[in-house]
Amino acid sequence: MNNTMPNEISLEALIAGDRAEFARLVDEYSSPIYRLGLRMLGNPQDAEDVLQNTFINALTHIQNFEGRSSLATWLYRIASNEALMLIRKKRPEVNLDDVEGGDEAEDLKPAQFVDWSGLPENELLSGEGKNFLDEAIHTLPESLRLVFLLRDVEGLSIKETADALNLSETNVKTRLLRARVYLREKLSVYYGERLPVRSENE
Amino acid sequence: MSEHPHKNCRELLGSLSSYIDGDLSPELCEELEKHLAGCTDCQVVLNTTKRTIDLVHSPLEKPDLPDEVRERLFKRLNLDSYLTPKPK
Repeated sequence: MNNTMPNEISLEALIAGDRAEFARLVDEYSSPIYRLGLRMLGNPQDAEDVLQNTFINALTHIQNFEGRSSLATWLYRIASNEALMLIRKKRPEVNLDDVEGGDEAEDLKPAQFVDWSGLPENELLSGEGKNFLDEAIHTLPESLRLVFLLRDVEGLSIKETADALNLSETNVKTRLLRARVYLREKLSVYYGERLPVRSENE
Repeated sequence: MSEHPHKNCRELLGSLSSYIDGDLSPELCEELEKHLAGCTDCQVVLNTTKRTIDLVHSPLEKPDLPDEVRERLFKRLNLDSYLTPKPK
């Protein structure tokens, strides 16, 4: 493996106000941030607002970036806050912290035991299957969805997710577990119905 | 819908995520794997949870930014002059 990363963004150049470097930063992270906005808000217009506000904010505050987290984590933090602010504004009734309470064991009790894990990906993510998955992700409560998107869709570590969302690592793990279990249940109902009949007797 | 039959499966579920992420202590791992070996339902829960995570990782689930959105973003940031064709 190469030790030098040709695409690495130079923080010094960003802080010095190098516009070309900022443009590279935008290109590097605009896709994942747009996706995050799309998944959190559910429509392209709001996703674009989240995207634009994130980079306007980043451009304004890059001088204050202290490097305690990575640039990526810092951007995800700004984007997450932008998304949550927009959700609060549009739907003030949504409880964004609703995760600590409740009976964990009850929440996590699985009810679906059909093993659809052997179905090929092109079948699972065929047009209809993909829509179902997207819809299932969208029905996750916001507080779980954000953790799930950062960790499982965008691939941040538990620590990075915790840093980006200003949560403890334990809290991230709890939310992640709930999100994964919730989605697994939903997908099991859907894909279970699509399993070939022979599998039932195997 | 059937209820999960085994009581100690609850413990597995509590550690499921950490186990999948390779973030569980060796002792707990061993305990969990011992349980898994004898519990088909838990094996299914584990396999399908892993598969759920695989699916959301899929490139199909990660569309790129539409060109016109990128263009408007660059303009909004006054970065028009850097609006070169998209890298890659």
